[in-house]
Amino acid sequence: MNIGKDLVAASAVPLVLAILAEGESYGYAILKRVSELSGGRLVWTDGMLYPVLHRLERLGRIKGRWGRSGSGRRRKYYRLTENGRGQLAEQRQQWQAVDATLRGIWGALPEPDGTA
Amino acid sequence: MEEAESALGRDVEERIATWRTYLRRRRTMAADSDELEDHLRSQVAALVEAGLSSDEAFLVAVRRLGELDALTQEFAREHSERLWKQLVAPTVPEVERSRRRRQESLTALGLAVAAAVAVKVPALLGFEPAVQEEMEAFYVLNASFFVLPFLAGYFAWKRGMSRARCAWAAAAFVAAAATVNALPLRPASMTMVLAVIHLPIALLVVIGFAYSGGNWKDHDQRMNFIRFSGELVIYFVLIALGGGPLTAITMFLFMAVGLEAEWLAQEWILPCGAAGAIIVAAWLVEAKQSVVENMAPVLTRVFTPLLTAVLLAFLGTMIWTGNPISIDREVLIGFDLMLALVLGLLLYSVSARDPRAAPNAFDALQLTLLVCALVVNAIALTAIAARISEFGFSANKVAALGENLVLLVNLSWSAWLYTRFLRGEGPFDALARWQTAYLPVYSAWAAIVVVAFPPLFGFV
Repeated sequence: MNIGKDLVAASAVPLVLAILAEGESYGYAILKRVSELSGGRLVWTDGMLYPVLHRLERLGRIKGRWGRSGSGRRRKYYRLTENGRGQLAEQRQQWQAVDATLRGIWGALPEPDGTA
Repeated sequence: MEEAESALGRDVEERIATWRTYLRRRRTMAADSDELEDHLRSQVAALVEAGLSSDEAFLVAVRRLGELDALTQEFAREHSERLWKQLVAPTVPEVERSRRRRQESLTALGLAVAAAVAVKVPALLGFEPAVQEEMEAFYVLNASFFVLPFLAGYFAWKRGMSRARCAWAAAAFVAAAATVNALPLRPASMTMVLAVIHLPIALLVVIGFAYSGGNWKDHDQRMNFIRFSGELVIYFVLIALGGGPLTAITMFLFMAVGLEAEWLAQEWILPCGAAGAIIVAAWLVEAKQSVVENMAPVLTRVFTPLLTAVLLAFLGTMIWTGNPISIDREVLIGFDLMLALVLGLLLYSVSARDPRAAPNAFDALQLTLLVCALVVNAIALTAIAARISEFGFSANKVAALGENLVLLVNLSWSAWLYTRFLRGEGPFDALARWQTAYLPVYSAWAAIVVVAFPPLFGFV
């Protein structure tokens, strides 16, 4: 099962913010964490992560700094700002509300056949 | 997990280098090529570790990063300040583009000629007031309407604006023209001069509306409009510089065969040339975005330090000598102009700055300039406030005070946002958004001066 494009796009921001809430990280590691968390069901085009990171940085949700990778290459690390933490809390509440709403109706419906 | 670069082999290193050159050519992504290369190398290393050959790993990694065209567009959406320096990401085939370019130059030149002719239409239709002063008043007051509708038309055409939106813009021009000409303004009266100065500023929103193809609420579109306006002024001045010698030579040539050509220069070349030149300048700015670095931001780099130095020297002198500002009637306009200049410097440097970049020395300088200008203005305002009753409230003075207030509000809040940014408490984006959100305020105030001032001050 692959998750639809719109849903992937909508979940990108809360996901990136939440992953950075775990600690400072960089592009490639964030993507690896996404695929780990979703069990490979959430597929991003790798390059698309970067415009998202840049937008969050412009809005002051996260802050980037240039550091070095283990092999001495330039690498850009991002961390969550206070502003981003607030945004994350807000997004979390919204997603929980959506989730709770859907759960309510899922429970009332019969299980679909052949979920695989 | 970390990788030794030599392990990839020279072949793959070369391919990465080629890929990188390719990336650097796309200006929307060039600045992030380091970040993307880091990603590519991390991915290649992980795939090699999983058992792929480095060749295969490179191919897979590049693929996963995404189609460069799609990526370019995605980056362009986020980084409009970079995109503005180049033509829109080439998604249209070359043949189509060159056809479009030809069409555009024909449309622009056609509109320029139309604007030039429009200046002469009233005279050709037999409009000829007996009093010289009345005729001059008519032309000065209506100068905006000979040019700006064509400028708006050019953008409406270029952005493919919908009919309904075109109708809105046209209605705005008609309403403005009707209102201004219905007012019984006396030639060379104070309120008339104020109306002439403020009318183009009031109509700026309509141009902005057309420039953005009707998406005037959009922050990025407004920022592009700010960038455009700076370049337009520069191109216009350059064209005017060329127009001067051309006019002189025209007159010289006719004089050489014994004909007096001054009337030709004054009644045809100058007014028609100026009207057409604005449209041509707009077209050049649109067409040449890629070729030249934007000039307005470069000028702000030159003049921000100079103006800061001047203001600091002024404040220093005032403290040293203890001389109060000598207030006479014209002095407030001078301070308004200073604030407007500071605003211009701020606006065009904000419009060119990468909003993600960390605070640097130039930002500190810009804030110093803002604070100095506010202090100087505060001193002037207190001096004026003390004697305002003595001078009385003439139209000129109220207009000058209003302008001062409009600029003061913008610059004070800008200084506050800049301080927050420099202290790492807020994003630079907040400052940029404040500037674009404030744009309609200038036009609103100008409209008040044009429409409400004449009756308020008895058409003096």
